[in-house]
Amino acid sequence: MDATITMSPRRVAGAYLQEIRSECLRYLRAPSFILPVTLFSTVFYLMFGVLLNHSGSDASRYLLASYTTFGVIGPGLFGFGASLAIEREGGLLTLKRALPMPPGAYLLGKMVMAMGMATLVAALLLTLGLTLGGVTLSPARVLAMLLAGAFGVLPFCALGMFVGTLIKGQGAPGLLNLVYLPMAFLSGLWLPLSMLPKPLQAMAPVWPSYHLNQLTLAAVGMGQGALWPHVLALAAFAAAFLVLAARRLRRVG
Amino acid sequence: MNPSMPPVAELVGVTQRYGALTALDALDLAVRPGELLALLGPNGAGKSTSIGVLLGLVRPQSGQARLFGRDPQDVASRRRIGVMLQSAALPATLRVGELLRLTASYYPAPRPLAESAGLAGVDDLLTRPYGKLSGGQQRRVQFALALCGRPDLLFLDEPTVGMDIEARQKLWAAIRTLVGEGCAVVLTTHYLEEAEALAQRVVVMGQGRVLTEGSVDDLRGRVGMTRIRCLSDLDAEAVAGWTHVAAAQREEGRLVVTTAAAESVLRRLLDADTALSELEVRRAGLAEAFVELSRQDREAA
Repeated sequence: MDATITMSPRRVAGAYLQEIRSECLRYLRAPSFILPVTLFSTVFYLMFGVLLNHSGSDASRYLLASYTTFGVIGPGLFGFGASLAIEREGGLLTLKRALPMPPGAYLLGKMVMAMGMATLVAALLLTLGLTLGGVTLSPARVLAMLLAGAFGVLPFCALGMFVGTLIKGQGAPGLLNLVYLPMAFLSGLWLPLSMLPKPLQAMAPVWPSYHLNQLTLAAVGMGQGALWPHVLALAAFAAAFLVLAARRLRRVG
Repeated sequence: MNPSMPPVAELVGVTQRYGALTALDALDLAVRPGELLALLGPNGAGKSTSIGVLLGLVRPQSGQARLFGRDPQDVASRRRIGVMLQSAALPATLRVGELLRLTASYYPAPRPLAESAGLAGVDDLLTRPYGKLSGGQQRRVQFALALCGRPDLLFLDEPTVGMDIEARQKLWAAIRTLVGEGCAVVLTTHYLEEAEALAQRVVVMGQGRVLTEGSVDDLRGRVGMTRIRCLSDLDAEAVAGWTHVAAAQREEGRLVVTTAAAESVLRRLLDADTALSELEVRRAGLAEAFVELSRQDREAA
């Protein structure tokens, strides 16, 4: 019997592209995802970074970095975690595993979608900062912010994926907020770290968001020290959560 | 269908345990090229687990699963199958045409989109978002996704749940067309008339094993039951206690008696209730055969 069904590399590549396209389209059309992910950080920045500050102040620039970090985490946690939890419950993940979808296409699709959304959030915040906030940034710094957004979302994709394997269905967004909001606070995204109690300050490097924030601060020219330890820490977080999530998915499906 | 051809899908001595529960008990099952096989059995009989193992969703704890002679977890073997699961919440914001295009992209030589849509009767839904469709329409879309890759083997898990009679018959016609093209089908269903209408071979499962298998006629013949239906005041429970009566109950106000000795039971019924009317006598369908086989299995256990 002809058991070898080969597929041309071109068609395999086409399947990956279709998966990415579908994943992006379905979320662009879902206001329940788009609105919180884009509005949370931009509205906060407008209130605290623009309205309550002098235009062009250091605070406005500092807050642009930390709200970008805050905004970039959302698409990773929710795009990955909430959707995985819901699709595990609804049977979509099972169907995709039964279909001859190329391996990894499911995760790649979500990853590209999250990177695109994170870049969009960073671009929206930059637009607000550069216009209403009176922040001035060189084109190189603007590019660095967008890159920090696009790639900085990845460890949070992995974290979201792990949370998505712990819980099924509609309970996931609640659990994700329990991770998202305290983590943002504890890594100095809402209040500068120096305003937090000493033990909490010392604990900050435990959170991946702290390390991403050091990168966005460096991108707006307010960095301190070398960047590579933070890049390394983020890569380690991403790898660790990815391994944990993959192991749980294999075990519990 | 040619029995000498190697099976398109098979389970060989597959055992699957979940804690104390044995879902599959050294199960052997083979699907031959081009045949329509119906898997029947009560909930917990092992139908869904069998399908899960055949689709590569679950790796068998012992024994072997093969799809086209390969490991089902190998994506290449799954490029020849189509799948419709019992429940799959597809992305609500994607349009039907987009879902079809995406699923077709997984296959080496899919059907043209219009052909898939036509076969499944969703041509008029292509631009509609999936989430806006009725339950029956969503099932039709899922069926279109199952057949869009031009599979040699189709898995249909309870395909007509939630469909009205007309939609169900359209789906049956489409399944017959696919079988006519040489596609093998594994169908699980609770609607016995569905197996009766479609299946060339029926496998009845219970407690993770094959209880019996054969054609619909074989199966009916094996239990040789007749169904008597009538309007009567007789107490169903009392009738159930008569000799030769396998079962007796009230359905929609009528007395329904299942028996292997129709003549003697009829005589007694007519004697016992002279006012008896609207009498119907017919050979038992698969439903009664199935009830009888499950009962025999329980008694043997």
